[in-house]
Amino acid sequence: MQFGVFSVSDVTTDPTTGETPDDTERVRSMITIAQHADEAGLDVFATGEHHNPPFVASSPTTLLGYLAASTRNIILSTSTTLITTNDPVKIAEDYAMLQILSNGRMDLMMGRGNTGPVYPWFGKDIRQGIPLAIENYALLRRLWDEDVVDWEGKLRTPLHGFTSVPRPLDGVPPFVWHGSIRSPEIAEQAAYYGDGFFHNNIFWPMSHTRQMVEFYRQRFEHYEHGRADQAIVGLGGQAFIRKNSQDAWNEFRPYFDNAPVYGHGPSMEDFTASTPLTVGSPQQVIDRYASMREDVGDYQRQLFLIDHAGLPLKTVLEQIDILAEEVVPVLRKEMEAKRPEGVPADPPSHADRVAALAS
Amino acid sequence: MKIVSVSAGLNQPSSTRLLADRLSQATVAALETEGTTATVETIELRDLAHDITNALVTGFPAGQLPGALGEITNANGIIAVTPIFTASYSGLFKSFVDILDRGSLTGMPVLLGATGGTARHSLALDYAVRPLFTYLHADVVTTAVFAATDDWAGEGDSVNPLPQRIERAGRELAAKILAAGRERPADPFTAVPDFADLLGVSAATPNGGNAAGSR
Repeated sequence: MQFGVFSVSDVTTDPTTGETPDDTERVRSMITIAQHADEAGLDVFATGEHHNPPFVASSPTTLLGYLAASTRNIILSTSTTLITTNDPVKIAEDYAMLQILSNGRMDLMMGRGNTGPVYPWFGKDIRQGIPLAIENYALLRRLWDEDVVDWEGKLRTPLHGFTSVPRPLDGVPPFVWHGSIRSPEIAEQAAYYGDGFFHNNIFWPMSHTRQMVEFYRQRFEHYEHGRADQAIVGLGGQAFIRKNSQDAWNEFRPYFDNAPVYGHGPSMEDFTASTPLTVGSPQQVIDRYASMREDVGDYQRQLFLIDHAGLPLKTVLEQIDILAEEVVPVLRKEMEAKRPEGVPADPPSHADRVAALAS
Repeated sequence: MKIVSVSAGLNQPSSTRLLADRLSQATVAALETEGTTATVETIELRDLAHDITNALVTGFPAGQLPGALGEITNANGIIAVTPIFTASYSGLFKSFVDILDRGSLTGMPVLLGATGGTARHSLALDYAVRPLFTYLHADVVTTAVFAATDDWAGEGDSVNPLPQRIERAGRELAAKILAAGRERPADPFTAVPDFADLLGVSAATPNGGNAAGSR
């Protein structure tokens, strides 16, 4: 099972010091975080994509391309790549390029984006979110799978005699996840293609996550990609970890109380009870995340949000160390021991997919 | 039959709750005369106020709220009663309506009630509360009951006193409940079209798929 970190790239004032990084500092901190996660032995670094302040990650493949050259083992991914407002042709080109630069050490996650104005800024209509996600992705698949594409759709200029370059590494396109919190249509889409389904449940109660994942698994089996329990599932998560639980609570509380993402809403007590946010000792985080499989089945990727809410870089790097040294090894072992026969341990790697194509 | 009564009263005891209870009793009695037994579940929004605010800022219902939203969706009829604050429904009442599951009131028989200091606020029921429920495609009975402070002493309206208005409203709601073959809002999971339909193609299964190995 893969464990990693994902960033929304928010620029947030540290409520304990009043300091706010500028965009340059924030981009550089993302690089340091990804490199540190690689050195610490985490499996995945994923970046969000945003086109408005207070976020900085507007250009995921530029960031990930740099990281491909400056990391060794970590899988580079997105959380998410906007399939609605990006041109699918540009996605096909950019991510095929990243696939080659990283030598296949990447995958990507499609998402629709939840910021209303981004749609009109890119000439789209948010009410067309689902049709855009479906048509654009269908085109993206063809651009990777077919050397020469003739295509006409409803939402983009037609293509005739178009070849997307560079062609995918070893003739095998990147593995794709589809992320959605609320839309069963996207779970259906992931199941139809036999792609991965990622539920970013960080702000949602487990009862909802369970329903979405179960639906995806049933439909995955319906489309004959394998048994329901063999579908490829990823979950979001958040944790703040210190050796002693009370220290974790005291240190994280001002960030929780003031962060734009959840501040001034429910108490940290309520929020940790109703969502996967876990604040506490390594053992408490282990216990919480080891139990996720009871709700969604054995899954393949767990990503943690750890660099948000104005947390200083030093703290984030410490969190990565605690995750990598004290939490992930135990979780990995527990999940491995419980996984039933025939259920994949990891999402398909590039090598797996090359081998599958050859057989 | 299951009637859910929603009271947005803030005081305890509350005249809004009192009106909601009277309307519930009148509806149950009217159903009884038609040979139908009904139970009433009362939701006091005051008890849910923190959960409602949290749902507004987090975007998801937690605490007691999922249970209350489920009661609404699965009701045969709703009695909704709000105090009139500054010429309209109370903020708490509107906030609760704002977080109802999409489609949960479509075709729902609804009886509206409101309370206020004087009868001068009574039309707020028809210019503010009723359009809100019309927007949500609820099936609202024509009689809406406003109770001013004086109504509780029987001094508000000697020609058409409060108990009479309550009884009439209860009869109207009971009739709508009995007439309604209400369809529940579609389960979002069973309502998803097959992907081939979403895609606009006839092929049922894509070739190859994206997963590796024997899956």
